[in-house]
Order: sequence, then C-alpha cells, then structure tokens
Amino acid sequence: MDSATSDARTPLGATADNGFKIVVVGGFGVGKTTLVRSVSEIRPLNTEETMTQAGEDIDDIREVRGKSATTVAFDFGRITLDARNVLYLFGAPGQERFWFLWDRLFSGTLGAVVLVDTRRIDDSWYAIDRLEKYGTPFIVACNDFGGTVHTPEDIRHALDLDPQVPLLNCDARSRESGKQVLITLVQHVRNRYAGPSAPADLPRQEFV
Amino acid sequence: MSRPGRDDAPDRLYTITGGRSGAGPDNPFDLVTLVVAESEPATGMQSEHAAILRLAEFPVSVVEVAAELRLPVSITKILLGDLLVAGRVSARHPHRPAITDPDILEQVLVGLRNL
Repeated sequence: MDSATSDARTPLGATADNGFKIVVVGGFGVGKTTLVRSVSEIRPLNTEETMTQAGEDIDDIREVRGKSATTVAFDFGRITLDARNVLYLFGAPGQERFWFLWDRLFSGTLGAVVLVDTRRIDDSWYAIDRLEKYGTPFIVACNDFGGTVHTPEDIRHALDLDPQVPLLNCDARSRESGKQVLITLVQHVRNRYAGPSAPADLPRQEFV
Repeated sequence: MSRPGRDDAPDRLYTITGGRSGAGPDNPFDLVTLVVAESEPATGMQSEHAAILRLAEFPVSVVEVAAELRLPVSITKILLGDLLVAGRVSARHPHRPAITDPDILEQVLVGLRNL
C-alpha cells in the first residue's frame, strides 16, 4: 500500500465489504497514536463523537453550547487484510467520559489492546476494569520506554490481571512489533471465544 | 490539526442536519460500515451529501467519511441515512458476530501475518 505519510486519500478496493474494529486503549502519551501509525496503511485520521447532539429546538442548542456535551476525540488507522476484509484500528483515551460512548462506537469490536506505560501502571486500571465489565476480549501490551525492567509477574500482579489475559512487551514505533500485538490479540480471541473450549458466557456486547 | 466539530458552532451542525438530533437507534450505520456511492453528486444537492458521494466512489467507512468531512460521527450517520433512503448510497455492514467465528478470525490472522 501507499506510504503511511502520504496525505492523499488511498481508497479501498471495490470488493471491500466487511469492516472490523480493534481498539487501542491507554492513558495520555502512552503511544496509542504511534502504534496505530506504525501499522496503518493510511496516515491516522482524527474524528470525534459527542454524547449530546444539536437538539430539536433552540434550548437544546444552548445547552450544547454550554457544557452538557460529552465530546470524545479518537484517531484511527486502516489495514486492508484482503480483498474483502478491512481492519480499522482506533486509538482511544481511557478516561472516564470515554466509556459513556463505548457502546455507541465500539460494540462488536474484535477486541482491545490495553497499552501500558510501566512507569505509570495505575493509568491502566480503569480501562482494564471497564473492559472486564463490558466482556470485551483484550490483551495488555507494555510499550517499551526504557528504564526499569519489570518482570511479567510484577506487571500482572500490579494490574491484578486474569492469568488468561496475554501480556507482552512491544515497541509501538515498530511496524513488526505492532503487527505482533494485533496477532496476539486475534489469536487470544480465537482461542478463548471461537475454539472448542470457548466458554458459554460469551461477551454480551457482541449480540446487541 | 484541529479536531473536527470542536470549533464548529452547534448552529452549523443544526443547519447541516436540518435540525435533526443525533443518529437514533434506528440508524443502521456502524463506525466501520462501508458506504458506496450509487450515483453522482447532483446539482442543488446539499454540499455535505455531494461530498459524501465523491468520497464514496470506492468503498469508504463511516468513520473515514466523518474524519474527511470534519463532522462528528453521529451527524455523519444522519447524512448517510438521507443518502441511503434516497438510494444514492449502498451500505455494507460488518458481518457479525465476528469474534465467535473461527473462519473469520483465521482470515484476519492471515491478513495480519501478510502485513
């Protein structure tokens, strides 16, 4: 595909007919956009969603202009998997207001990557808690910022991570590393939810 | 780059949708629904509708349309709904549920390994 830095739009092939979503969640500055950029075939784009829209009457608009609208901005990239399947990768902030929009934006997602900076590990607690509550399959990827090396056991303990949830190190700047993160997630989803040993308690959000 | 919609007065969004509020539960579009134009932009058409038809000459996702038009996703869905009802675009919705379908997941893995 074209260079990821190209400003020109790169259209999908005419036969593309099935879009997938994967969401990268993490705190500010943890490298979400970097990860999206490293694997995307397009320059990452940015858009937003608001909880309160321009309303039916003047009063509602005044309200929007005031402070009642919850606005969440997110960026995304795109990976053409084959002639029909296209994967969209979303970089999303893990802060509280974001989760109000999770169902509207990310129901039916293939899964999530929680991107962690091991120097600020508690930034990730809230996201992991929410993903568990939503029943969204996820893995944890620690972006390598150098500094102290933590053992996987230490990180699992600090995150209170379910032993079934894969944990890996990555370099969000590296296309190969980013690719490995996505493969790990999809393998996890396959093993956990689509295999013969798939649990009966499937994530509820996939059937809305 | 400024965020789309952020610096737009709500009045502008109100005008674009003819006063309609956010895309309701009946709106069929997902963030990654692929939209394809079924006609050329026509004279006198609302500029946002015409812009969508130009973007959708090849399949394009709802979220890409929103980003290119610099509009919030829900406003974009309203505009796409207009075009769908008028037969000016067709919609290719994501196949569900993907996460419990081993064949679909294998296709995703093959695509990722080939990156």
